[in-house]
Amino acid sequence: MLSYEEIIEKYEPALGLEVHVELGTKTKMFCGCPTEFGAEPNTQVCPVCLGMPGALPFVNERAIESTILIGLALNCSIAPWSRFARKNYFYPDMPKNFQISQYDEPICTDGYLDVEYETPEGMKTFRIEIERVHMEEDTGKSLHVGGATGRIHGAEYSLLDYNRAGIPLVEIVTKTVLGTESYAPQIAKAYVKELRDILRALGVSDVKMEQGSLRCDANISLSPRGSGKLGTRSETKNVNSLRSVERAITSEMHRHAQRLEAGERVVQETRHFQEDSGTTRSGRSKEQAEDYRYFPEPDLLPVAPSAEWIEQLRAQLPERPSAHRARLQQLWQVPDKEMAAMINAGVVGVVEETVAEGADPTKARTWWLGEISRVANEREVEVVEMPITPKDVAEIIALVAAGDLTDKLARQVVEGVIAGEGNPAEVIAARGIKVVSDEGELVAAIERAIAAQPDTAQKVRDGNIPAAGALIGAVMKDTKGQADAARVRELLLGLLGQS
Amino acid sequence: MSRISNEEVARIAHLARLELSANEIAELAGEMEAILGAVARVQEAAKSDVVPTSHPLALVNVTRPDVVRPSLTPESALSGAPASEENRFRVPQILGEEA
Repeated sequence: MLSYEEIIEKYEPALGLEVHVELGTKTKMFCGCPTEFGAEPNTQVCPVCLGMPGALPFVNERAIESTILIGLALNCSIAPWSRFARKNYFYPDMPKNFQISQYDEPICTDGYLDVEYETPEGMKTFRIEIERVHMEEDTGKSLHVGGATGRIHGAEYSLLDYNRAGIPLVEIVTKTVLGTESYAPQIAKAYVKELRDILRALGVSDVKMEQGSLRCDANISLSPRGSGKLGTRSETKNVNSLRSVERAITSEMHRHAQRLEAGERVVQETRHFQEDSGTTRSGRSKEQAEDYRYFPEPDLLPVAPSAEWIEQLRAQLPERPSAHRARLQQLWQVPDKEMAAMINAGVVGVVEETVAEGADPTKARTWWLGEISRVANEREVEVVEMPITPKDVAEIIALVAAGDLTDKLARQVVEGVIAGEGNPAEVIAARGIKVVSDEGELVAAIERAIAAQPDTAQKVRDGNIPAAGALIGAVMKDTKGQADAARVRELLLGLLGQS
Repeated sequence: MSRISNEEVARIAHLARLELSANEIAELAGEMEAILGAVARVQEAAKSDVVPTSHPLALVNVTRPDVVRPSLTPESALSGAPASEENRFRVPQILGEEA
């Protein structure tokens, strides 16, 4: 088997990414049903989204505006005239037996997104070209009963909940991405992350990958170097975290290379990512586009945004995340290397929110990049998915600044919040965490330490200040880490005549 | 007018996971051809000065505001379903898919 380095030496990877994002509109794409996540089954349905005979779709204006905003943010051209199309297929997740989508006349085309990535040779920008951004509707959720582990295979029947059917969905499709070389998996992840930040900044979606409001299908192919043509691609679905994007592509690159090396061909097919093993499993072989028998949706009129409407929307665009980050870096005076670390760890947003809650930028950065990142790595999740909020972190920083917590105790509070023990105040109360600030108690503990280590105490009296460390350590141990080390040092040196 | 071949009918039947006999396929091919033939007569009326359209109305951007309207109750939504379970529509085994 080839190593990753050998694969890159022999083959050139080509990426293609399709991202589906559920818009955060109050109602569905073509009817007034609400779009709350997690509602009881079939409580957010009506004759339109259930595909009842005679029911007619009625387009959500906000959904069109959100899609145009996404297109503008991705530097796309907005089509002056576009239509919806029916995508026909036989599957019960759409009760109409077709999905309303866009086919040959998408609303946004030909854009790009620049992705910054910190390589060992320094920060590099990769331009990811966007082929199209189009509107469609989400499908219902199926539950397969009677088979093993909820899979279709072997199931006796399926149960359908159509709450999600008809929720506005925007599909963002890249052109074939070449030139990412050995960074292909990381660039794919960085692209989805940057896209997520943009969508969040636009306020068009809650972009929660774990709830499926942002989903990524990752296409990858390998072509032998010098062959001058693209290899056969596979499309991996079910990639529902940023980390999985990177893992899925890496795993597929290995699988493709192994097949090609063995003289076998790669089959063009849909594969499913397996979170536990980090590998993919074969799904259905890709239906050909003509099997969907697309045709213009006769129940809907064309969308023809006027230049005036588009300019009104353009004026609503927020600052680009990359420009925003550059501004924050200057404002917080963060060195380049630290800023790159923050971007790669995906913590710029949470640090910003922590600062907005009143925290010092450097302290906020230290917590998110330090302790919280460490635990996130251990748990193999993204930092922003950790169960601690910017508000919690800001509170903890404020408590340290006020002298109510030492750094060491603060770490215990962070640990407690992450462990799900509640907000900082609740963790402090439940764990009985408090700084020993009673001077009498501290002095008593210091005197006990001096009595226990008379020789060390004498060294300090004789001017060997570093020797005080052992005594301070003993006091911290005595007070179970709840004393303020700086104050202990001050008192100790005072008692030993060194202040 | 294009002819609807038996192969075409068989392919669509397979997509729909319908098992059809050779006789049924031949019969449906004939029926589909008759239906499409009737629709195709529109071509005769459409002169070169008629622009192809997907809609008879010359309107664009017909939209509604993003305001919630009442949904059906689950009972009402499921009332016409042949089978349901746990407030969900129950459908027969899904064939020829792996997910």
